[in-house]
Amino acid sequence: MTLPENEMRLSDAETGAPMVVTGLDDSTGLPDLQMRLRELGFMEGEPVCVLRRGQPGGEPLAVRIGASTFALRRIEAACVRVAAGHVA
Amino acid sequence: MTALPIDSSRLAPPMLALVGNPNCGKTALFNLLTGSHQKVANYAGVTVERKEGWLRTPAGRRLAVLDLPGTYSLAPNSPDEQVTCDVLAGRLPGERRPDLVLAVVDATQLARQLRLVLGLQRLGLPLVVVLNMTDLARARGVDIDVEALSRALGVPVVSTVAVRGGGADALFSLLDAALPSAPPAASAGSVTDDYRQVKDILTTLGLDRVPAHAFTDRADRVLLHPLVGPLLLFALLFLIFQAVFAWAEAPMGWIESATALLGDAVGRVLPDGLLRSLLADGLIAGLGGVLVFLPQIVILFFFILVLEESGYLPRAAFLLDRLMGGVGLSGRAFIPLLSSFACAIPGIMATRTIQNPRDRWVTIMIAPLMTCSARLPVYALLIGAFIPARRVAGGLELQGLVLFALYLAGIVSAVWVAWLLKRLGSKDRQHTLLMELPDYHWPSLRNLAIGLWQRVLIFLQRVGGIILALTVLLWFLASFPGAPADFAGAPIEYSFAGRLGHFLLPLFEPIGFNWQIAVALVPGMAAREVAVSALGTVYALSATADDTAQALAPLIVAGWSLPTALSLLAWYVFAPQCLSTLATVRRETGGWSAPLLMAGYLFALAYAASFVTYRIALACCP
Repeated sequence: MTLPENEMRLSDAETGAPMVVTGLDDSTGLPDLQMRLRELGFMEGEPVCVLRRGQPGGEPLAVRIGASTFALRRIEAACVRVAAGHVA
Repeated sequence: MTALPIDSSRLAPPMLALVGNPNCGKTALFNLLTGSHQKVANYAGVTVERKEGWLRTPAGRRLAVLDLPGTYSLAPNSPDEQVTCDVLAGRLPGERRPDLVLAVVDATQLARQLRLVLGLQRLGLPLVVVLNMTDLARARGVDIDVEALSRALGVPVVSTVAVRGGGADALFSLLDAALPSAPPAASAGSVTDDYRQVKDILTTLGLDRVPAHAFTDRADRVLLHPLVGPLLLFALLFLIFQAVFAWAEAPMGWIESATALLGDAVGRVLPDGLLRSLLADGLIAGLGGVLVFLPQIVILFFFILVLEESGYLPRAAFLLDRLMGGVGLSGRAFIPLLSSFACAIPGIMATRTIQNPRDRWVTIMIAPLMTCSARLPVYALLIGAFIPARRVAGGLELQGLVLFALYLAGIVSAVWVAWLLKRLGSKDRQHTLLMELPDYHWPSLRNLAIGLWQRVLIFLQRVGGIILALTVLLWFLASFPGAPADFAGAPIEYSFAGRLGHFLLPLFEPIGFNWQIAVALVPGMAAREVAVSALGTVYALSATADDTAQALAPLIVAGWSLPTALSLLAWYVFAPQCLSTLATVRRETGGWSAPLLMAGYLFALAYAASFVTYRIALACCP
């Protein structure tokens, strides 16, 4: 699936860069994942940031959403579309 | 005489249910509310822990409290969450529907947790929101207007500090007031609507900007650092490992001596005969065999609880996820596997924290490959007898090196088996992690003490019974039928166990075992270290004496070849014959297929390893 020019997948976001959730995809074949991510706060307009990546291979990702931190594998983070920027 | 006084409050008191996100301090609150009045069991038919307790309100009302498994939503994603949803809906067989729901909310994580509250409101059950960890929220500059929040949500809200004595006084007094009326039941709302509603409420109350926990961020910079993090984790594991073996040594010695003393005392009081043998060699030895692991288990669970309570455990899983994911395991598997170095049984019990059923199954399967401490006496006997105590290259102790190699062999084969199981499993399934990294906080002593006590109790109840029963059974096999007076060999040779050993000999001869070993393997099925005392019995030594191993060493050096000893060492790396472990696996997986498969593959591995070891050793040093 191609993304709009200003968007990227959370899995590709730069570590430490403030992003905003722009949407969720269901491209992984994990039916419940999208729902679960929404329940945890990955909603359109929420600020999100990849705090750090595990080693080796940059996996898993520690992601800050709201006041919480979650560990996600790359495949899970790829479900989240993000765009750069702070929220007003 | 008047009628018996009936405490009417004992008849099915009203049931409160604690519901909340994982890590919201729910269990701490449960501990504060119920103190020592707790009962831990399983929900019928599933291996989800069920914690119920009771409390008495200031006015003297007795209330039952159910600590439901933590859940992020009412759309269940794991067996734990399923139980919570089913109990709340009143559709779990054998469970009452709660009369009042206490929605426990971490005050520092309002946005996410209030969304669950909205879901709970639609259940049609009376609801009270318990705003927990308000002290931590205040420390971060978040002052929550409880009244205003209560008005906005339309349900009573009380604030608590579950880790502080008296921290739930407001809740206690509220429980004496009449139950709030149940809101009308409604069908599940949309996630988006709930999200908007909570956002609106928080914006109105000025709570929409909660700063992240500064200490957690600072600590994670070190603890999750790509290089420093794993090093610290490794150091921590080393400390735990050391503690489990070094600190437990003295109390284990006491328990062994106490068991021996008790056995001797019984031996002196009772006349020589069946009853004495049953009590001393069967029951007391069996009980001692269970209790002797208690110090290790207490120490191990202490560390696990501290790691769990403080919030470090998910970080360890984070650091190890990639490594363990490579062989198809979840990072969460590391604690069960670590526990298995003490004993596979608490390790297998600890796999409950792995939500993915397949990850959990694989972890259970490889847990017995972690060298448990019951194998140490066997290793110690054989290494002491056959491996010369000398230094090799670099000043390393050869005996220690062999012991290390045996541990390593177990780990390497576990990795290999896990990898194989992953390859054999379906390849299309994605493995997910999605795990919260909660804020760090100090573990509270009360929670540690209660948690430790419960786990010890579970171990003794579930494991003690099995081991005891098996020990008595094997005592029977090793004692009957009694040898006639003119029987030349050791009496055990004449018994069922001895005959079984002789019967099995053709199977074990190709891997270098003699009939004495084959006989000893039979009682060794109850607990591996029993094999040492069984060998003592076979070689006509007193089985209860503490110095069996010392007396035994010269006998086996004279009787066995080096290839035989090495072959037995290799056998014990895999040693499938621990019936208690297999019984626990059956219990935890709810069927016979897992324990049978485990016994089969471990036996095959043990046999293959011993065969190769024996043949190579024969070729090298005939």
